Amino acid sequence: MTKIIYVEHNGTQHEIDVKVGLSVMEGAVKNSVPGIDADCGGACACATCHVYVDDAWVEKTGKPDELEASMLEFAENVEPTSRLSCQIKVTDALEGLTVKMPASQH
Amino acid sequence: MTDGAVGARVVIVGAGHAGGSAAAFLRQYGFAGAITLIGEEPIAPYQRPPLSKAWLKGEADADALMLKPESYYSEHNVDLRLSAVAVAIDRAARTVTLGDGGTVAYDHLILATGARARRLPIPGATLGNMLELRNAADAERVKAILGPGKRLAIVGGGYIGLEVAASARALGAEAVIIEREARVLARVACQPLSAFFQDYHSARGVTFELDAGVEAFEGETNVTGVRLSDGRVLPCDAALVGVGAVPNDEMARAAGLACDGGIVVDLAARTSDPAIFAIGDVTRRPLPLYDRMHRLESVPNALEQAKQAACAITGKAAPAPEVPWFWSDQFDLKLQIAGLPFDVEEIVIRGNPADAKFAVFHLKAGVIVAVEAVNAPPEFMMGKNLIGSRKPVSIDKLRNPTVSMKEVAA
Ligand SMILES: Cc1cc2nc3c(=O)[nH]c(=O)nc-3n(C[C@H](O)[C@H](O)[C@H](O)COP(=O)(O)OP(=O)(O)OC[C@H]3O[C@@H](n4cnc5c(N)ncnc54)[C@H](O)[C@@H]3O)c2cc1C
Ligand code: FES
Repeated sequence: MTKIIYVEHNGTQHEIDVKVGLSVMEGAVKNSVPGIDADCGGACACATCHVYVDDAWVEKTGKPDELEASMLEFAENVEPTSRLSCQIKVTDALEGLTVKMPASQH
Repeated sequence: MTDGAVGARVVIVGAGHAGGSAAAFLRQYGFAGAITLIGEEPIAPYQRPPLSKAWLKGEADADALMLKPESYYSEHNVDLRLSAVAVAIDRAARTVTLGDGGTVAYDHLILATGARARRLPIPGATLGNMLELRNAADAERVKAILGPGKRLAIVGGGYIGLEVAASARALGAEAVIIEREARVLARVACQPLSAFFQDYHSARGVTFELDAGVEAFEGETNVTGVRLSDGRVLPCDAALVGVGAVPNDEMARAAGLACDGGIVVDLAARTSDPAIFAIGDVTRRPLPLYDRMHRLESVPNALEQAKQAACAITGKAAPAPEVPWFWSDQFDLKLQIAGLPFDVEEIVIRGNPADAKFAVFHLKAGVIVAVEAVNAPPEFMMGKNLIGSRKPVSIDKLRNPTVSMKEVAA
């Protein structure tokens, strides 16, 4: 289990223990954390699992691959630390990872 | 009974992607009444797309398929009745009759019964190891059979057939696709895309029999071969039929709801009875962008209509219509399609199929009406926006991959 902190756009925080190996998106969906729609279920096809990775964590979560980067390029309200949460795998090294959700995924 | 009031009862028939999502949207939008979700399968609502892709290849476990965790339904007071089948609707009494004879009363009914795999009425269709792929139980059977040295015959070169062929190759099995038309994806994709997918699959060991009629499945107990109309018999250990889906609209028809190859609904997902909604694969719905009715089989459509019904029931304004879209994964290819190619006057290919990174744009009067993008998310994402805005584009810019999609859209 790795603790992930999900912050809704309105500031509401959810501290969730997520099983290693799941994606950050799956951690949210399985625990009914609002703000991550994940319409395509993790296929990197919809960009409705968009999150902003907390600056302190950008290094540890790594960079998006080419496909993810080009999906993000055309998503709404993208910022430098934007990621698709279905493409971030939860590992022990991400204990305490904080991600913030955009106002809306659509 | 007022909409959304405590005491209002919503009954949802069909606990699939659309039905499961509708229950969740109702609660998300603040609906406080009773929700009963009736599903004939023994498991809670799950996603079907991985069944022919990641799950079949063993890259996603059963847990990952679930729409919501098991605990969601009790925590959100959704009365989830599994292994329960609805058999009739009494519109006057506002009740649904179940297979065990019991009835459930509703103020609003949502029909989300989906579609079933079309069967081939030919000899041998009921032999052992004859497969279809529509639900989790079907997928278990397919997975149990595939493996090194096995030979799978796939009747139908649509998305399911191609996805299963790709997964079969990844599992070390042989796969032959038998298609009645002269090209794969004939019903759903343009010629250049068909050619590309056929070549890509061929290069990875999938074989094709095009323009081929299937006469019969041969075998004593299990299927051992597929007999074609030219007399040849293709040997196999199992045969999967993927020739399209038929909407489960019989119960709605028997209840007198307007149906036309699917339950006819409006943009609020309402049927011809204002107390009854229908969502997902079972519906024939308006497509405002294309000014016609159509039946869509896709997850984004199921989600959009689930939202429409939940909004109508909770008294929220109807959500803005979305551009229809779909995705498919085969080998290392990501196909993303937006829009539908109705009345197309011109096709523009951007990029080179030989690089396995290109997009096919379909235009009518200078406006993009559909895009099929292979490993090309910018073309998909921007194309989807342009389809929605109906903004005319410069064909010269679109054709030139050195001009960015942002500039094309500018
Ligand atoms: C193998 C496969 C791969 C797919 N891949 C993709 C993809 O990549 N992208 C995409 O966008 N879409 C894909 N789809 C399509 C997508 O899964 C469907 O569009 C979506 O599931 C439709 O949701 P639905 O709720 O309308 O139907 P379903 O999800 O099929 O659910 C209908 C449910 O209703 C139940 N039911 C029917 N009648 C009754 C009754 N009388 N009483 C009780 N229960 C009943 C059924 O058992 C079923 O559980 C795929 C589908 C399949 C089968
Ligand atoms: S869930 Fe669709 S892109 Fe992440």
